[in-house]
Amino acid sequence: VRRLLVANRGEIAIRILRAARDLGVETVAVYSTADVEAPHVRMADQAVEIGPPPAAKSYLNADALLEAARTTDADAVHPGYGFLAESARFARACRDAGLAFVGPDAETIDRMGDKVAARAVAEAAGVPTVPGSDGPVEGLDAAREAAEAVGYPLMLKAAGGGGGRGIRVLQEPGELEKGIQGAAREAEAAFGDGRLYVERFVERARHVEVQVMGDGSDAVHLFERECSLQRRRQKVVEEALSPGASDAVRERIAEASVRLCREVGYRSAGTLEFLLDDATGEAFFIEMNTRIQVEHPVTELVLGVDLVAEQLRIAAGEPLSLRQDGLVPRGHALELRITAEDPDRRFLPSPGRAERVVLPAGPWVRFDTWLEPGAEVVPFYDSLLGKLIVWGEDRPRALARARRALAEFEVTGITTTAPLLARLLDEAWFAAAEFHTRTLEDWLAQAVPA
Amino acid sequence: MAREEVLAAVPGTFFRRPDPDSDLFVEEGGEVAVGQTIALVEVMKNFYEVQAEVEGTLLEFLVENEDVVEGGQPLAVIET
Repeated sequence: VRRLLVANRGEIAIRILRAARDLGVETVAVYSTADVEAPHVRMADQAVEIGPPPAAKSYLNADALLEAARTTDADAVHPGYGFLAESARFARACRDAGLAFVGPDAETIDRMGDKVAARAVAEAAGVPTVPGSDGPVEGLDAAREAAEAVGYPLMLKAAGGGGGRGIRVLQEPGELEKGIQGAAREAEAAFGDGRLYVERFVERARHVEVQVMGDGSDAVHLFERECSLQRRRQKVVEEALSPGASDAVRERIAEASVRLCREVGYRSAGTLEFLLDDATGEAFFIEMNTRIQVEHPVTELVLGVDLVAEQLRIAAGEPLSLRQDGLVPRGHALELRITAEDPDRRFLPSPGRAERVVLPAGPWVRFDTWLEPGAEVVPFYDSLLGKLIVWGEDRPRALARARRALAEFEVTGITTTAPLLARLLDEAWFAAAEFHTRTLEDWLAQAVPA
Repeated sequence: MAREEVLAAVPGTFFRRPDPDSDLFVEEGGEVAVGQTIALVEVMKNFYEVQAEVEGTLLEFLVENEDVVEGGQPLAVIET
């Protein structure tokens, strides 16, 4: 890889540009007309405008991205997360254009990115899965039938993508019709694929995910992350390792993940998501994300690896530089996602222009962001402003450092979730790691006005 | 007869259909009820429903489908 086109924006575009720089790879940024002044545009060696503000016409426009790669003579494309990161069609188009796609090959994305197919692969590899429909349900009658077989409460999930879009939890049959309409609409808007499937909803579960990296023949796991603290299926706080996974569970899900990667000849970074049932201690595989994830830095901090750089090396055809016995976790890492939303107004998105910006720093503090004084938070894309990532020798010390670092953060001109996160860090249940996937929403229900 | 403007609660992209393959929420000249969804505004990947706050005839939309709108911008006019 000599010249890398970064087909994304925001903090992940900057993260990827940095990894490329570290490896001496030249960089090309792309931007919509809403992002002319965005920092990722200035940071790259060159930048190409790819279209108007709506993502469908810019960051999701595969033709414009491929044209940008052609005119700048790029030889590789990193899709980041979101947008086209899990589009097999885009991965294929890159390959057909002679570009190295930084991710798994199109066939693997097709297979693992489609949650229905992924379940089948997991089951074949002996990885336990959540009870659910055997495939996407077509139409209301089929959905009703599948729902009855799985039982309520259940989840409707998008077959075509992740990130919490197109997901509905239904408590009883009366909610089915409206739920399907809403979930299909979101799924169609987010992934261009409105197909849904049905899955058992485990009432009290932890969301734990295993990071994997493969080179097509060999694969390693990089232990797990705890991502239980979510709001509307969007992760808010992530940790490595999981305080809720026993050593036995840790070993079981890690080994199952490596088995699955070897089975499919997985190449690049990927994540296998598991639900840990609080009541039974069972771990169910839910889905695989065939991309780098927002929360990858917590894994990087406990293992001392650069996952994006490793992705770039593998995309260049090199074998894995990581060996399983060399991956020994040390200490604890936490990530807090700071978004442009107003918790006091039901998390209303808060676009606008950032005025004063003070970013946390100091020992074992990392702040992945695109925020800078004068940065315009536009309404077209997601609300993530930055991620505060801290490391500590153990979880209590990581928490203390997170409090210190978050107190340093300051932004005026836009409303953010930072003050709410500061309150969260002071909660005894959080310090004790006593939570599951609904705890954050339950806490929010009493912590902020409805 | 009074003319009531429907304002955008949030800035974002304005849509007159629930999804690209569906019918319009409401045609110009159509009757609307209180609380009826007449459009969507998408901001930061969240969809907010634009609802009629009065009963009446939706005279006209003031913005085009997929236009970018500002918070507080008039989107439509309802005659009560």
